[in-house]
Amino acid sequence: MREHTTTTPSLAAQVVLLAAIILFCLFPFYWMVLTSLKTQIVALQTPPAWIFDVTFSNYYDVLFDNAVARSLVNSLIVAVLTTFLAILLGTPAAYALARFEFRGKKELWFWFITNRMVSPIVLALPFFLIVRSFDMLDTHVVLILIYLTFNLPIVIWICTDQFRSIPREIDEAAILEGASQWRIFFSLCLPLAAPGIAVSAIFSFIFSWNELMYALVLTRSAAKTAPAMAVSFMEGYSLPYGKIMATSTLIVVPVIIFALIASKQLVRGLTMGAVK
Amino acid sequence: MLQKTQDLERPAPKESSNAGTVSLGTFLGFLSPAVVTLAAIGIAPLAFAIWTSMRDYNLTRLQRTPFVGLENYATVLTDSVFWDAMGRTFTLLLIALPMQIAAGLGIALILHRPGLTFLKTIARLSLVIPMATTYAVVGLLGQIMFNLKYGVVNQLLGFIGIAPVNWIGDPTNAFAAIVFWDVWQWTPFCALVFLAGLTTVPGEIEEAARLETKSWWTVLRYVQLPFLVPGLTAVLILRTADTLKQFDMVFTMTRGGPGSSTELISLLIQRIGFRAFDQGLASAQAVILLVITIVLSRLYIHFFYREI
Repeated sequence: MREHTTTTPSLAAQVVLLAAIILFCLFPFYWMVLTSLKTQIVALQTPPAWIFDVTFSNYYDVLFDNAVARSLVNSLIVAVLTTFLAILLGTPAAYALARFEFRGKKELWFWFITNRMVSPIVLALPFFLIVRSFDMLDTHVVLILIYLTFNLPIVIWICTDQFRSIPREIDEAAILEGASQWRIFFSLCLPLAAPGIAVSAIFSFIFSWNELMYALVLTRSAAKTAPAMAVSFMEGYSLPYGKIMATSTLIVVPVIIFALIASKQLVRGLTMGAVK
Repeated sequence: MLQKTQDLERPAPKESSNAGTVSLGTFLGFLSPAVVTLAAIGIAPLAFAIWTSMRDYNLTRLQRTPFVGLENYATVLTDSVFWDAMGRTFTLLLIALPMQIAAGLGIALILHRPGLTFLKTIARLSLVIPMATTYAVVGLLGQIMFNLKYGVVNQLLGFIGIAPVNWIGDPTNAFAAIVFWDVWQWTPFCALVFLAGLTTVPGEIEEAARLETKSWWTVLRYVQLPFLVPGLTAVLILRTADTLKQFDMVFTMTRGGPGSSTELISLLIQRIGFRAFDQGLASAQAVILLVITIVLSRLYIHFFYREI
């Protein structure tokens, strides 16, 4: 039984384990950035080079390549506008869920949670046919709308929780002074809910920016987003490794910055608040 | 019912508060924009998918889309291709999830211990990186790092004397590569969920237990485990749903190949709908997937949102 009663692993063992965890998490990221700084000749060396003359030409190529630069702009347009719309539509609904009593509330919740689980392919098929019949394939607005299917529930969830944490006395005092619900919402509760709104905006941005399948199915060139662009690099005969990784780095870095800002809320967001 | 959940510390003064009752106009004004939008983009297409699923609906001959009743469903349910894809999806889940849970729990237990604060903060922030990495980029990285000739994975394996492995080109190895990236990306999620669970253990209880026994296992089993159950349940259900959703990373890395060795359910539906153009059959598959998803969501609700 002695083996089972070991105490805390020694400090040295802990340091080694922690270093291994950090290395495991960061290595692919490191390798992506490293490859993005290689010329094609260096990238095709066997075995792969760890030390080489760094070049920024891939970034130069990518940023001055019309298609890639445009895809990054497209991603930005889509992610920002869908986030804005999700906040605009979602915060009043969240407020209603936090403050009003009504029948069917449970069903509404159920529906929001279901959206978190539904595979995008389930919606992609009919959405494609509908959008095609309206002749609106390859437009920003289509992506902006379809992304609301996952952004709106996340905004509503996080903001409902945030509104609930605001004491009701504030509302009640304002009601006694004759303020309307809209006034209370806009002038009192919305500013107090700013942290929750910011976090849900970050989530909404990350999910939209990262999305691939809808972009693949619903865009061709004019509205193509950066992840779809990066994937289309892989269709050529010889793969431009450096350029692919430079594009990837440009896609990933903003997401990582946002995710680190919201890192304390990450788990709550990904579990729809089931785990605090 | 709502009052119960939100005014825990103070019983709601029902008669004096009219915050819960508002005019119908106000109520609709707040709620309907979101609900109508979500219904239009989230439910109307589903209705259309069900309609499509009962027709012979091929993108190459749209002039004629005859009604075929439940024929597509019969085809799907007896189609070994569909069940093979489902089987692969659950194989991925059954291999990757235990690893994610075990490693995640280990990481959480280390991070939960006091001491080495700086290193642990770095580790916690590092955990965010895999979760935040764009799934499509993970797939691209997979192609590059697991490349037979130029890949760093084979180089690292070479250091410990293992001959180069053909990862992407071999059915079993390609599946292993997918398992690897799934574990890389979602072990941090498990770790952070469990870490959140561990911090809910009251400090005095944990300290008292540590005075009683020196065994970390006893503490984990009898003191910490009850607090980890909600997180574990969440992980089980969400990872199942996310594996059923899994598309981006696998599509970018292997396109479902070689052969159909990595064709998960979402990739199969995408192939049937957009590369074989059989929207009717693909819609039937999607509807079946949706039903499974709804069951999972019900479970999730049942465990976590009883009080809403």
